[in-house]
Amino acid sequence: MTTAQSATAPSGAADPLLSVRDLTVTVKDRGIIRPLVADLSFELAAGETLAIAGESGSGKSITSLAIMGLLPNNVSVTSGQALLEGTDLPSLPERQMRAWRGARVAMIFQEPMTSLNPVHTIGSQMTEVIRAHEAVSIGAARAASIEALRKVRIPEPERRMKQYPHELSGGMRQRVMIAMALALRPSLLIADEPTTALDVTVQREVLELLRDLQKETGTAIILITHDMGVVAECADRVVVMRHGRMVETAPVNQLFSAPSHDYTRALLAAVPRLGTGARRAKPLPPVTNAPVAKLVNARVHFDIGANFFGRPTHRVHAVEGISFDIRPGETFGLVGESGCGKSTVAKSLAGLVPHQGHIEVDGQALTALTTQGKRDICRNIQMVFQDPMAALDPRMTVGEAVSEPLLIHGIGTAKERHACAAELFDRVGLTPEQMSRYPHEFSGGQRQRICVARALALKPKLIICDESVSALDVSVQSQVLQLLEELQRETDVSYLFISHDMAVVENVVDRLAVMYLGQIVEMGTRDQVFGDPRHSYTKRLLDAVPIPDPARKRQPYARPTTEIPSPIHRIGTPPDRLKLHNVGDGHFVADDH
Amino acid sequence: MADLTQSLTAPAPPAGALRRLLRRKLALFGLAIIALVVGGAIFAPWIAPFAPDEQLFEGLTLFGEPMPPGGDFLMGTDLLGRDLFTRMLYGAQTSLLIGVVANGVALLIGTFVGVLAGFLRGWVGAVLMRFTDLMMAFPALLLAICLAAIFQPSLWIVAMVIALVNWVQTARVVYTETTSLSEREFIAAERTLGASRTRILFKHILPHLVPTLIVWGTLGISVTVLLEATLSFLGVGVQPPTPSWGNIIFENQTYFQAAPWLVFIPGAAILLLALAFNLVGDALRDVLDPTQRGND
Repeated sequence: MTTAQSATAPSGAADPLLSVRDLTVTVKDRGIIRPLVADLSFELAAGETLAIAGESGSGKSITSLAIMGLLPNNVSVTSGQALLEGTDLPSLPERQMRAWRGARVAMIFQEPMTSLNPVHTIGSQMTEVIRAHEAVSIGAARAASIEALRKVRIPEPERRMKQYPHELSGGMRQRVMIAMALALRPSLLIADEPTTALDVTVQREVLELLRDLQKETGTAIILITHDMGVVAECADRVVVMRHGRMVETAPVNQLFSAPSHDYTRALLAAVPRLGTGARRAKPLPPVTNAPVAKLVNARVHFDIGANFFGRPTHRVHAVEGISFDIRPGETFGLVGESGCGKSTVAKSLAGLVPHQGHIEVDGQALTALTTQGKRDICRNIQMVFQDPMAALDPRMTVGEAVSEPLLIHGIGTAKERHACAAELFDRVGLTPEQMSRYPHEFSGGQRQRICVARALALKPKLIICDESVSALDVSVQSQVLQLLEELQRETDVSYLFISHDMAVVENVVDRLAVMYLGQIVEMGTRDQVFGDPRHSYTKRLLDAVPIPDPARKRQPYARPTTEIPSPIHRIGTPPDRLKLHNVGDGHFVADDH
Repeated sequence: MADLTQSLTAPAPPAGALRRLLRRKLALFGLAIIALVVGGAIFAPWIAPFAPDEQLFEGLTLFGEPMPPGGDFLMGTDLLGRDLFTRMLYGAQTSLLIGVVANGVALLIGTFVGVLAGFLRGWVGAVLMRFTDLMMAFPALLLAICLAAIFQPSLWIVAMVIALVNWVQTARVVYTETTSLSEREFIAAERTLGASRTRILFKHILPHLVPTLIVWGTLGISVTVLLEATLSFLGVGVQPPTPSWGNIIFENQTYFQAAPWLVFIPGAAILLLALAFNLVGDALRDVLDPTQRGND
């Protein structure tokens, strides 16, 4: 067995660990054969990290699945090889491949919740993986599992073994996945968007963990990601893919400093960067105008749990006393990590969840409205959702979808509505001929344009963008952002821009509020918050943003040792309210604990 | 709703949908069978060679046995010397009525209850669904027998009884589907546009239920036809001598060994009819789904 010998060979040997040669993967769809990956070749040495970067549909995930032998039924490797230590993995029969998978090649996926089985404990899943590959006793497998969990810096590994996946946070779950993947000391680890579903601060922890573990074990890593920031932070070498072909490959420093291909340059140019927002500076809208929307001590609570009498025992303080106002023509940002309540603020503003406290839109308090009034207020406030595919009725043509708001509010005749929709299509960069198509016939970016067009139909004063560009590729993202900016200049519409992506926020907002556990911890203009962050949470958030610049070395990250606190409290014991202090010129900062 | 239908970009005109339906071989096969059965039922008095309850002297052998298919009797005769082909034609009237009307009514009731409960939630939904659960727990046959015993058994009463016991499964499925649909983001998007509840319900929820309803509707046909047969067997269904496919089977099942055609022929007819509706339903579901456009 030559493979066994080379596995024990010291890292840095001349032979590459993985060598992909002219790999071509095709899909057979209704009798038509289309290539998904064409003539891809790259090599990976032991202990190296190779990033495969590209936008959606570039074939980067298919490449990793081909190496793992996990391709869907109608997709197959038609030519080329993927040699791991001299063995061609795609040509291995499934029985042998099973022995390789996990033990020699391991994979971690994007969504840690769906990759763990919810009905088994962490412990039983980990020991199962170990015992599937090695003939060891349950006790030994348990010990190995605990050791693996300790390696990924999970506190109290013995207790975690008895817990179920839903009892752990997202970052914790992803660490369990990593522990599982590395428990058998594979020589190759494929990480497919391992941090995309995680918050930035957690992302940073996970990436650092991966790097440290690699140093320790010498595992080679293929990191698949769309995020150039993550590439810059982690990779040694980069393969840039587009439409199933390799566009460019280079060491990470060279790729960022001197990209040779046009596509790479365009991709890098489209990446939003922290610190570039200032050059877009425009005068802040005057404060004297009446605000478009005003929130005073807004609260949203959900009761959960039930005692013996069916009364709720706990309360989720999703939004706990938020106050801010949005002025005409400005973009107000709301940032924070998942679960901080930023989307709930948007929903209560749009009237989708009941709230307490005072919220007014265009001078009218939402709670005092009649049914008719509620409908009328919709003309002033519109929403663009995160996932445009989910936000459009799949059984309705996009033309109908865009003219529907006019129909609902009884504006114009059928002909006028059609003309108006056609104009909107034109405005957002689509053609009126496309109006008779259905949502699934468009790309993600086009769909989001359709959603923007629909939101514009009623000429609202405020558009809520709830993570509206988060699901889009960077190049598409920058186009949509540009569209939003142009529309603001033309119509003086205000935006409530909600996002977890600090770099995007810095590039688009005029003022912003940082939310943490349902409360605002810092609020001010962009320059105040990004230029002079005062609250420790804001600092931590900014610090964790991956910088698309490999030359920039950052300080080791101070890892918070405690579990993330939750916004769920026992009924009768509400959380402490944070007091905001004005530190000058409308820059508000909460007390730090 | 009038201005909804003539809204600007009319979705695929029905003529196009029909053409695409006719392009599918299986759907065409199904349509042909349905047309055959419907035609046979409507024109039974003209097609049928004998009267449905006429006990023919030459319909039995010298030993009093039924005649096998062939000769004067296309499908043979039954135990009383009646022409089976004639009885099948008249029976199609009954069975179609039960399979289509009774099943259709059941589907309507189920959809109404399910959508209402799923869309309104709250105590209305809770009451409706608990009632549905109650109906589900109750033995359907027992209920049908009770109802049929209270009313004078007739074809329409049987159809009504079947509709009243068969809506529960549909209601359950529709309820689940409606609740998950109303959680979808495009419904939230409609709400932010200011769409009224009726608009959301009719324009955005009901169209999405169509595929489920088609599947349940076509599956229900064979179930209801057989339920009618069961009721007839128990003496509370369609009363003899009125023929139905179900009661032809049950009348003759004890003589299965001696005269297998008496069971096979109506059995095959039920199977074919159910299959035909299934095929057409399946094709209809695909044709009406805009996301499947171009797949046929």
